[in-house]
Amino acid sequence: MTETKTSENRPTETRNGVIGRPIDRIDAPLKVRGDATYAYENALDGTAYGYILGAAVAKGRIAEIDTDEAEGAPAVLLVMTHRNAPAQPDFGPAVTPTVREVFTRARPVLNSERVRYYDEPVALVVAETFEAARAAAGLIRVRYDEEPGLYDLPARVADAYAPKRTNAGFETDSVVGDFESAFAAAPVKIDATYRTPFEHHNPMEPHATLAAWSGNELTIHTSAQTLANFRAGVASTLRIPPERVRIVSPFIGGGFGSKLIAHADTILAALAAQVLQRPVKIALTRQQMFANAGHRAEMIQQVRLGADTDGRLNGIAHDVWSATSSFEEYCEQTAVFARSLYAAPNRLTRHRLVPLDINRGEWMRSPGEAPGMLAFECAMDELAERLGLDPIELRIRNEPTRDPERGVPFSTRNLVACMEDGARRFGWERRNPTPGRTREGRKLIGHGMAAAIRPNYIGAATARVAIDRDGRVTARLDMTDIGTGSYTILTQIAAEGLGVPISSVKVELGDSRFPRTAGSGGSWGAASAGSALHNACNALKERILEAARSSEASPLRGANATEASFADSEVRVGQRSASLADLIRRIAPDGFEAEGSVAAGAATESYKAYSQHSYGAHFAEVAVDCDTGEIRMRRMLAVMGAGRILNVKTARSQIIGGMTWGIGAALMEQTVLDPRHGHFVNHDLAEYHVPINGDVPEMEVVFLEEHDDKANPFGAKGLGELGVCGAGAAVANAIYNATGVRVREFPITLDKVLPALPVIAI
Amino acid sequence: MQSFTYERAASAEQAAAAVADRPDAKFISGGTNLLDLMKLEIERPAHLVDVSRLPLNRIEETAEGGLRIGAQVRNSDLAADQRVRSRYPMLSQALLAGASGQIRNKASTSGNLLQRTRCPYFYDRNMPCNKREPGAGCAAFQGFNRMHAVLGASEACIAVHPSDMAVAMSGLDARIETISPGGETRTIPIGDFHRLPGAMPHVETVLGHGEMIAAVTLPLPPPGRQVYRKVRDRASYAFALVSVAAIVEKSGDRVQSARIAMGGVAAKPWRATEAERMLAGAAASNGAFTDAAEAALDGAIGHGGNDFKIPLAKRTMRHTLAAAVESA
Repeated sequence: MTETKTSENRPTETRNGVIGRPIDRIDAPLKVRGDATYAYENALDGTAYGYILGAAVAKGRIAEIDTDEAEGAPAVLLVMTHRNAPAQPDFGPAVTPTVREVFTRARPVLNSERVRYYDEPVALVVAETFEAARAAAGLIRVRYDEEPGLYDLPARVADAYAPKRTNAGFETDSVVGDFESAFAAAPVKIDATYRTPFEHHNPMEPHATLAAWSGNELTIHTSAQTLANFRAGVASTLRIPPERVRIVSPFIGGGFGSKLIAHADTILAALAAQVLQRPVKIALTRQQMFANAGHRAEMIQQVRLGADTDGRLNGIAHDVWSATSSFEEYCEQTAVFARSLYAAPNRLTRHRLVPLDINRGEWMRSPGEAPGMLAFECAMDELAERLGLDPIELRIRNEPTRDPERGVPFSTRNLVACMEDGARRFGWERRNPTPGRTREGRKLIGHGMAAAIRPNYIGAATARVAIDRDGRVTARLDMTDIGTGSYTILTQIAAEGLGVPISSVKVELGDSRFPRTAGSGGSWGAASAGSALHNACNALKERILEAARSSEASPLRGANATEASFADSEVRVGQRSASLADLIRRIAPDGFEAEGSVAAGAATESYKAYSQHSYGAHFAEVAVDCDTGEIRMRRMLAVMGAGRILNVKTARSQIIGGMTWGIGAALMEQTVLDPRHGHFVNHDLAEYHVPINGDVPEMEVVFLEEHDDKANPFGAKGLGELGVCGAGAAVANAIYNATGVRVREFPITLDKVLPALPVIAI
Repeated sequence: MQSFTYERAASAEQAAAAVADRPDAKFISGGTNLLDLMKLEIERPAHLVDVSRLPLNRIEETAEGGLRIGAQVRNSDLAADQRVRSRYPMLSQALLAGASGQIRNKASTSGNLLQRTRCPYFYDRNMPCNKREPGAGCAAFQGFNRMHAVLGASEACIAVHPSDMAVAMSGLDARIETISPGGETRTIPIGDFHRLPGAMPHVETVLGHGEMIAAVTLPLPPPGRQVYRKVRDRASYAFALVSVAAIVEKSGDRVQSARIAMGGVAAKPWRATEAERMLAGAAASNGAFTDAAEAALDGAIGHGGNDFKIPLAKRTMRHTLAAAVESA
């Protein structure tokens, strides 16, 4: 249960009908006009520009670094290397004592002669202009003692180890019943191994920071999803109190999980600004982002499913071997969703890691479900075919009544309704279950589906809301809007909560001076920050009512009815009412302010008592060119059950974005790690393919009516990442249906289907 | 990126002379490739001579009934030209299959011919590359070579030329007019313009230093239906895995003549002359197209990651030839 203030007079009748409406993004005009200032666009007097030089080898030590020429180059102010960088703490152990410290630990840069991964920063040049800094960086000569490194996951699976926990603190393994015996005895089995590649987030806005000191106070303008993490990470690395660090990040050009912690741009800008006593601005180049801003690790996943001949699962096993970094562990929770998705008495999930000489993997677009469901939901499709059962029917037959491993009830779970509604809308009954049989001209047509599940996370958050004498409402919290619509839905929540029009509400985000939230990530932003703001509005209303009843100047003085409402810019107590602005002017010329909070979900009774997830069903139609093997999407549909929808337009945009990532994961996204050199070979957006407009077909998104009262005060659940969960598997299953070729190595590029496509006479 | 000086040329002769005077000078037009390479210090010219404003931006009829395309005609303008669209549709299709709208609006005809390979090892200064640094070795040969050449490559270099436009121009027997510092001009058949890597992959064309492309001339359009088919990893904004430009002239049930050029398979647009010879007079049939495609890829060598290009090119060619005769 989220923390809510309860009171006899709790004003609940405030529905203004604003929440849920598909209003346009509040920040859209600013962005369209170019008036939304992004981190690198901030201008301060005397700003100097930094440029990072990365290591040319993936493992070894810097034997010699000659910076003379660079230091003498025009307009150069500083060349920083491990020899002269301000002291920072050592990096520390590969595994932090607690989950939280992953986000707050020191991540020193230019702190050692060691090179731990390719393109790790070895020098920073700061100059009067960006161009001068970049040119001078090209003049630095570095000689390395290169050492052989480990870069090949499949070759090293035998060396895998079991981590102490996965990302987000889940158990590494789960065991229920006796999977091996059940699987051995199962009349129908699938044992399939899938591979998913390294992937990179590639938000449009690169990681960028402008750092400036004023005395011993540091202000950092950057592109951050989670301000508190940045503040803590910078403070740990610079060894200063967090209170002396201010993070400002009002607009973010995408994050996808790559901006949850501070990276080299932030740390180096802060250090250089300290040395030079000038503001310093640094951005990672697109190429540098591939090594220095996180990635999704390469994985091998084995899925074993044992069923009886009616399609009831007796055993489920999901084993994951993932690459990790040799110096800092990251274990994506890839098999965790499988603990909650389908019923089966015997169950096994395990995560194993293979350390490589690469940078640490990070949280990327639905960590866990995105790669995990890509494999698992294909295995379910394989099982359905082996059973001669419709894939939806197979899933319905294995629908659990309680969480299969925790044994607790579901808060809400509409997976079956999502699949059935989707089947009707998509025309699923017209799908030919026999693969390779549907042709239109020289295109093979296929249809596929997959389920979606994503946990409902709530992070601790506080919000402050104020109302002034003119009835204008200002909400402040250190939440971020990474392009998802936070400004908009928070405006709606405040408007509805206080019964005022949208135009009377101003939401200010992205400043660590505001009350702390969990920021944007893990799809927890709307529910966490939203709940805090909702509670803040309730607290504000209580303050207003209290004063309205007691203040001598109040037109509502003495009103003692327990029924009170805030609507249409009026306050109504029983039969009496007053204009909100007029009331405030009379009783509190300086206005009112209140705070509201929500506790982290995992700590609450409701979270312990209920299995809380969002669900959905994805459907995809593909066309495969029988001459070339080119795979193109024709249409996609997602039906989602994700609690109350706060804004149908921004929610839909989130889901179609996720579905687009699903296309990417299924068809094209892959970063190639060269096993000889340890570098990501295709490290730019020309060679790392994400779907472009031409790849994205007609997409339909449906939200089922749902209100999850266990999740939070307004019944909403995490939504953003649900769009990617299972979407790629639906595409992969459609490709199988089109061609009869089951590709288990993602992405499914044309060369992998081509050999199996018949040469059809012309 | 290194510092450089910049001048805007007043005439073609002056531009050629300005580059010829300095071994570290280069021409720049749209800059859609050169600037990227300069930012990465793969290209390090100390002086740029901007030729984009020279009066070489017209498309004119030639006496022989063809078109003369100024070197500074933008890719977008060339693709949209009504004469190109009606008489050389394959060229328009190829242009529109390349890059993005924004890039086509900037990129020039000459720059498109001179764009450099997209080999990711060429693009990374920490990796050995004979094209970037003669004698350094080739990281792609045993590396990630999914995009690389299966025809005409050498152990020194297996990079491909990335242009779509040039493939269509190759099928159309385009000729490239150049002007040299002294004002003398010459005409180079497109087939002779790009060089195969051999032992010197850093020498990519037959142009001398300071020799500037002035125009590309297309002869009278050949008879037959023109088709450009590009196969790629996504629907747009991706380089060709394989492309085929085909012009097939049919007479009754037989092929009268055919011209075929391939992209994505070699360091230059690859004319499939043997396939063309086999098709002349052959039945316009599945079997003849299959045989022609086999002949076109005769001698092709894969390097692991790009082995699939050989069957892909055959299948694409067979289908493109069939498509060309379907409504010929």
